Amino acid sequence: MTTLTTTALAATAAQTIGPYWHLIEDPAMADLTRFGANGEVITLIGTITDGDGAPASDACVEIWQSSPAADDKFPGYGRCAPDATGTFRFTTVKPGPVPGRGNTQQAPHIAINLFGRGIMTRLYTRAYFEGDPLNATDPLLGLIDEPARRATLIARPEGANIWRLDIRIQGDNETVFIEI
Amino acid sequence: MNDIIGFRPPAPGSQPDNNTPAYGSTRARHPLRPLLAFPHTITEATGPAFSPTHFPPHTDLSVMNGKLAQGERIIVRGRITDEDGRPVPNTMVEIWQANAAGRYFHPLDTHDAPLDPNFKGDGRVFTDADGWYQYTSIKPGAYPWRNHKNAWRPNHIHYSFFGPGFATRLITQMYFPGDPLLAFDPVFKGVPDEAARNRLIANFDLDVTQPEHALGYRFDVVLRGRAATPMGI
Ligand SMILES: [Fe+3]
Repeated sequence: MTTLTTTALAATAAQTIGPYWHLIEDPAMADLTRFGANGEVITLIGTITDGDGAPASDACVEIWQSSPAADDKFPGYGRCAPDATGTFRFTTVKPGPVPGRGNTQQAPHIAINLFGRGIMTRLYTRAYFEGDPLNATDPLLGLIDEPARRATLIARPEGANIWRLDIRIQGDNETVFIEI
Repeated sequence: MNDIIGFRPPAPGSQPDNNTPAYGSTRARHPLRPLLAFPHTITEATGPAFSPTHFPPHTDLSVMNGKLAQGERIIVRGRITDEDGRPVPNTMVEIWQANAAGRYFHPLDTHDAPLDPNFKGDGRVFTDADGWYQYTSIKPGAYPWRNHKNAWRPNHIHYSFFGPGFATRLITQMYFPGDPLLAFDPVFKGVPDEAARNRLIANFDLDVTQPEHALGYRFDVVLRGRAATPMGI
């Protein structure tokens, strides 16, 4: 991709969110159905661990969905403070497929941002859904050769309408993080 | 075929590395594997919009229940633009900070400095049609942390910005001019490019300062600009 425009000023530098971001936290933001969204309601949960195997209970987890399209009833965005075990929990609506570049189609997915103490910028990843036939042709999943690596992006069903995607920041079974 | 346009990659040196050894907590919290390169799609190129109806502004942190917080009252004003200088209108800005004594209203902050019953330290403002935001607060105090021997964070205010896409999301910190602690702070110094680093320091501004009321600071913010080439090409 070529950049044709001259840059006036580079984007402002990121700094860690630190351990006290809860001052702006509102637990209601973890429920994306709170304004009356229509669709298949699901729970997305996961446990975040760091390179020492410790739970990232201080982290700030955010999700964004480009499907279904955000409107007055569905914000598309959620934010959650994990519990003491590092587990986050969102209530949202199951996304559908969305267009990729060119004529490609992307499998249903939810974008995830991870901020925290000791994270200078942010860690970006995605949650896909196990068993979705479109996963096989998804342009992003297709870039990951190792099945075990690809599996770090695929949420698994855990009870009725509950999907689990654990996030490992570093080390064994490290989550695939994506440039953004 | 779609004509969604993504955002430009970060300029070299303008962003800190998630692996910053001088900041000890980054040791176990940076991925060891390289990030997966993937061009922006609709998911990264679009982002949430927040309405003041659901997220009411809270623009004066210096007063709680009609009572004044302790400390030096400040007004912070600034403009949010993209990398092409275009204003970012109607975007939500969240703010949080320690009180004047350097203590957060937070159960995990055990610093032996007094809490202020009239200061919580959270704020929310929206930019106007031309990208300007403003709020009133008190100057936060420096506070110790255990990163290294005699470690103190410089005075700072935490910020959360959204902008037009999930890719423009930015969490950062604003610092104050002339702070001697900046030279020793691994978080601030984690930004490799000196000019980029220094843009995190607000400027004292006599035009923002209000007589008999508050000192004024100017803090402008740049969010990532759109890439020039449509992603469909
Ligand atoms: Fe802080």
